[in-house]
Amino acid sequence: MPSVTLLGQSLVSGVLLGGLYGLVALGLSLSWGLLRLVNLGHFALAFLGAYLVYQLGTTWHLPAWWAALLIMPLFFAFGVLQHAVFLYFRVTELTSLLVTFGISVIIESALQWVWTADFRRYETEYAGTSLKLGPIYVPVMELAACVVAAALAWASWAWLRWTYVGKALRAAAEDPDIAIAFGINRRFLSFLLSGICAAYAGVAGAFIALISTLAPSQIWAWLGVVFVVVIIGRLGNPLGALIAGMLIGAAESLAMATFSPAWAPVVSFSVLIGLLLWQPDWL
Amino acid sequence: MTGQRAISGVGIAGAVGLLALLPLAGLPAFYDSFLYIVFYWISLATSWAILSGFAGYFSFGHAAFFGAGMYTTATLAVKFGVPLLVTLPAAAAVAAALAVGIGAVVFRLKRLRGELFALLTLAVSFIVATIILNTPIDGGAGVLTSSVPLPRLMPSQSGTIYLLGLLMCAGTLVLAYVVAHSRLGLGLFAIHDDEDVAEVKGVPTFRYKLAAFALSAAIAGAVGGVHATYVGFLTVSETFGITVPLYVVLMSVLGGARHWLGPAVGAAIIAASLYTFTSGDQAMIGRGIVALVLIIAILIVPEGIVPSAQRQLARWRLRPPSPVVTADQPAIARPTAEVKTIRSTSGPRQDAPVALEIRDASKSFGGLQALRGVTLDVRQGEILGLVGPNGSGKTTLINIITGHFPLSGGSITLGGVSIGMLPAHEIARRGVARTYQIPRPFAHLTVLDNVALAAAFGSANLVRTASIAEARRWLDFTGLRAKEHVLPDGLNLHERKFLELARALAAGPKLLLLDEVLSGLNPAEVDQAIALIREVRAQGTTIVFVEHLMRAVVELSDRIAVLNEGSLFALGEPGAVMRDPRVVSIYLGKAHAA
Repeated sequence: MPSVTLLGQSLVSGVLLGGLYGLVALGLSLSWGLLRLVNLGHFALAFLGAYLVYQLGTTWHLPAWWAALLIMPLFFAFGVLQHAVFLYFRVTELTSLLVTFGISVIIESALQWVWTADFRRYETEYAGTSLKLGPIYVPVMELAACVVAAALAWASWAWLRWTYVGKALRAAAEDPDIAIAFGINRRFLSFLLSGICAAYAGVAGAFIALISTLAPSQIWAWLGVVFVVVIIGRLGNPLGALIAGMLIGAAESLAMATFSPAWAPVVSFSVLIGLLLWQPDWL
Repeated sequence: MTGQRAISGVGIAGAVGLLALLPLAGLPAFYDSFLYIVFYWISLATSWAILSGFAGYFSFGHAAFFGAGMYTTATLAVKFGVPLLVTLPAAAAVAAALAVGIGAVVFRLKRLRGELFALLTLAVSFIVATIILNTPIDGGAGVLTSSVPLPRLMPSQSGTIYLLGLLMCAGTLVLAYVVAHSRLGLGLFAIHDDEDVAEVKGVPTFRYKLAAFALSAAIAGAVGGVHATYVGFLTVSETFGITVPLYVVLMSVLGGARHWLGPAVGAAIIAASLYTFTSGDQAMIGRGIVALVLIIAILIVPEGIVPSAQRQLARWRLRPPSPVVTADQPAIARPTAEVKTIRSTSGPRQDAPVALEIRDASKSFGGLQALRGVTLDVRQGEILGLVGPNGSGKTTLINIITGHFPLSGGSITLGGVSIGMLPAHEIARRGVARTYQIPRPFAHLTVLDNVALAAAFGSANLVRTASIAEARRWLDFTGLRAKEHVLPDGLNLHERKFLELARALAAGPKLLLLDEVLSGLNPAEVDQAIALIREVRAQGTTIVFVEHLMRAVVELSDRIAVLNEGSLFALGEPGAVMRDPRVVSIYLGKAHAA
């Protein structure tokens, strides 16, 4: 049995890593839940963001947050453009999955073309620093990712819940035809949301660059666990995605500490299967 | 027809035979390997489509079955020295058992939506991968299979693997063709369109999904077994990676997942174009270009290459000189059957046996009591009108008789046999058929197939050819014959209602449940429908019908049952019931009843 300190440490790291899962899951959950589009390309876009932040940081020494602010409007525009194509061709839930898979592969090829298949690490003076809380280390960057994820999730949640635009979006997701009949401009809203989701991918990308090692093939490494987070957190529920992310992160990390790191992937999927079989009302 | 089929069968067998001889032609080994990869993808994509394309349950876990097969063959051949050809059936069996295990749990879920199934299967494949990685099956080091002795089917190693791939591919395509044209296939297509209706029409949906899943997994397992010898070295990350599940989906959707040949076409296109770019940078650009082509293809032909090509071809054939017959036909179909005028006095004798016996039936949805203990007998050959205000439980009563909802309490007996706890398809087999108030045809089946399905799976229980003949009879009866090759989308409301009726009648029901078949029809159409219903009863069918149109209720019914707030409120002769002040009051309010 591992020591209490080790368990506490793995719980903290797990929750913080889970915050990053939640951050990546956020855009995916919103577009799946509210636009009925399964955007596989979200992962690729996040990694494109990560590479851009890395490049801006290493060649022009631009701090990561400036880089993130710079790429967000670009990604917003990309999201809007992609959605325009989807609307024009009347892309459905299923075909969106296939088309965005294609987009992912194209982005992956482009990443490999520009940055090669080698693993890269964005070295910054603050990347490795940690706070020390008693015997437990809290890595600063992970903590920042978690805080930003929480802020974005809460803001999105509040926006959907309390503003007219947010309510209109939820109504349009429930029943597009009726929403249109009630005068909701669904097209405009969907463009807006699509852009926001893509911009969130940019934010997630900045933190991926700061926290993890980059390689084009890593795009697919996040796919399974983030989908689990999206489902458990309920489609279209930003706070749910964040909480689910932290739960899964913590569960994985505890499993790694108590059993063996190799069994970690089983945790999230077992949780998912268990939940799907149990089918609680909130799912 | 059969002669033509025999000729094409011989042709295909000949082509496969010629292809089998290819390794003897002395071409460079590159060709063996290239063609093997194409066969490999065709087999995998086609096997995936047997469940996911036909029945619409998209699986992202195809790698689990493929990988289970690969590791079964590797383990048996490497560790136990079992001959390769013996390991292949074992690989298929292990994969099928895995699928049956998953399906038996997952397909019982009431709210299993498509995307949840996709993710569940994806999750299962990750779990299988982790188990194999962390147990002696792989142990993280990988398994070397290049030393496995191959049967000497061909002079060269690559030739033998090529031949195995070819046989696997031909076998898979034959299986897919047979399934698509079988009863199982028809059932799967119906499940794809509307699973609830399929079940009520007599399709054993649970068993069919399980069978399709097992078959699909078994093929993937066997293909994996052969592939284990091709790759020579197995690693968990390669085997269970995202490549297999995503490529099979893409290939199938590109070619047309609902068509037996679609996945093969998609697989051939993608596999061949991927192979064109083989090395390093080129491979990367190649993948990018393939992805781009894929995006464009999916956006332009979302239903897949094969079905849209078929449609183009059909349109092209139809264009020739003579104008299409249906063009100048009136929109309203006319019943072409000889409808005799039958007096409503031809009801059942008072001592006719009881066909349907409902005892104290209740149904609640959470806290809502939709039915509170209804007791009702319907005699053989009777027409019973079921009326009541909205929300009084009429449709719920129909739904529990057909088994769409399980009973919360009480019992239902049909011809002396208790049916209250049977699954819907069993009840349909025993002779209960219904129509839906809002027509729910199978959207991707032609009008003819919609009706033939009911004849094949209902109590008529006919084989394919007989079911088509029976379907045509009822299409004649309802005047829809001219539109038999149209998809339900091409029908107007009146025709869709009659399609519902034809579907119910073709099942050969002893008990026919009609849920507001007349609503939305104009007076002339109502007259037609009334005549049709009388004709049906004259053939000995017992009918319960829900209706708001009082003229029809009074004209048709032998007795009327009035439901109110989930209870039987009144029952008796039409005239007496309709004059009952209590009945008038629940319809029109107290003041009018006075």
